[in-house]
Amino acid sequence: MKSGSNLEKILKAGHFAFTGEVGPPRGANVEALKEKARHLKGMVDMANITDNQTAMVRMSSWGAALFVKEMGIEPNYQMVCRDRNRLAMQADILGAYAHGLKNILCLSGDHQQFGDHPQAKGVFDIDSIQLLGMVKKMRDEGKFLGGADIDDPPKMFIGAAANPFADPFEWRVFRLAKKVQAGADFIQTQCVFNMERMREWIKQANDMGLTEKVYILPGVTPMKSIGMAKYMKNKVPGMDVPDEIIKRLQGVEKKKVADEGIQIACEQIEEFKEMKGVAGVHLMAIEWEHKVPEIAERAKVLPRPEL
Amino acid sequence: MIIAERKPFNEIKEMLKDYKKVLTVGCGTCVAVCLAGGEKEVEILNSELIIARKIDKDPIITGAFTVERQCDMEFLSELDAMVDEYDALLSMACGAGIQFLAERFPDIPVFPAVDTSFIGVNKDVGWYEEKCRACGSCVLGMTAGICPVTMCAKTLFNGPCGGTNSGSCEIDSDQPCAWFKIYERLASQNRLGNIIEICPPTDWRNQKPRTIMQPAYKEHILA
Repeated sequence: MKSGSNLEKILKAGHFAFTGEVGPPRGANVEALKEKARHLKGMVDMANITDNQTAMVRMSSWGAALFVKEMGIEPNYQMVCRDRNRLAMQADILGAYAHGLKNILCLSGDHQQFGDHPQAKGVFDIDSIQLLGMVKKMRDEGKFLGGADIDDPPKMFIGAAANPFADPFEWRVFRLAKKVQAGADFIQTQCVFNMERMREWIKQANDMGLTEKVYILPGVTPMKSIGMAKYMKNKVPGMDVPDEIIKRLQGVEKKKVADEGIQIACEQIEEFKEMKGVAGVHLMAIEWEHKVPEIAERAKVLPRPEL
Repeated sequence: MIIAERKPFNEIKEMLKDYKKVLTVGCGTCVAVCLAGGEKEVEILNSELIIARKIDKDPIITGAFTVERQCDMEFLSELDAMVDEYDALLSMACGAGIQFLAERFPDIPVFPAVDTSFIGVNKDVGWYEEKCRACGSCVLGMTAGICPVTMCAKTLFNGPCGGTNSGSCEIDSDQPCAWFKIYERLASQNRLGNIIEICPPTDWRNQKPRTIMQPAYKEHILA
């Protein structure tokens, strides 16, 4: 075991992992955070705690993660390269690990221009691949990036993101390979809507032997409305929403659109359960946490294994 | 070259409000090429100042002199005989030139007339583009001559990120994605191997004012 985290145990035992996500509040409202998180308890193996997502200031990822952990849900501590340099990152990793956080997701981060402080100086001292390497070095060599020894190194289960849908498509699997080489133990992908492209990307990863070295959890996001689907298709860079998804949502009566969105997500999860090279799914029910139990139930991923 | 933009007139006027005799010093190199602070711009700025102060009934006397390079003491020395006549100097050089001018004449207030913007190229007359952030650890050999420190919004060394949008950067559809271009150029040169390897964390060397001494100069001062 590299970290002994719940996610690591589940994946290592060969179970199909099911992870979720909680965005920290825009303030110190702990009750709001707990209200969101409570729907995930017992439903997921781990919950990602986002780090100033979309470059909007929120309660810190590690701060929110500790509350979620207290509730009996294993957090995935997300860390972006936008807001801190290598000193702050290593310091936060030590603090988070000392408080019992065992998973980390290493990300570049949305550019500050998209958020509520577009005047901010983006740090980007290191990039996401270099961050992966740094966390791995801390864990496996017990050394800081600068080379000095760490007194009790942090043993984190290291995650990375992948977007199989961005350009250039033929490069994407090589970028995955770089993340694996840098130190990723598991991968959570961008929301998958284009299954054809996803199958192709996973096939490439299988062919390159990458899926034997890393656990891949495709991202699944249920569409709440036709508006959301169109927004994701047209406004979110790197998001690939095929017209068929929008047509399917348009094909049902208005009251049933959300239900159809969940149905599509469940069908994806069913396919992923059977897909060679896929180790689980990451459910991103964006501002829809209360639907997670229903989705988990309908996707037949319950009960979650206890190890 | 170094690209600069002239400051808004009112900002310059406000800085000079307490001074009656000002020598405007142009620079004949980069800022002259980018039409921000050469001989012509000195003349235009002085005319504007004279008219504005006349309207305010607070006349100003201006002098004009453009040196070859304000980042070179040899050229600044041409000003030695004339600066005493003025109670302020207005430099139209880049930030380096302004500071060197102030260093040459430490008893006289020196003001900037331009905002120094970046190291860039002349895309056309009046159109400049930033190309280099002077990071001090050049990776252009790896990246097919395209700078990710300058051109990538996230300064990635292992791009492209997931926000690449049909060859554009996610922050602006008019801004090409640096790493998309790097990928394409390396692919066409059959050199993708360059970026399959992980690029380790950068040694940022632009953290404090830097100096460079040519080996021959070092020998010279040691002698």
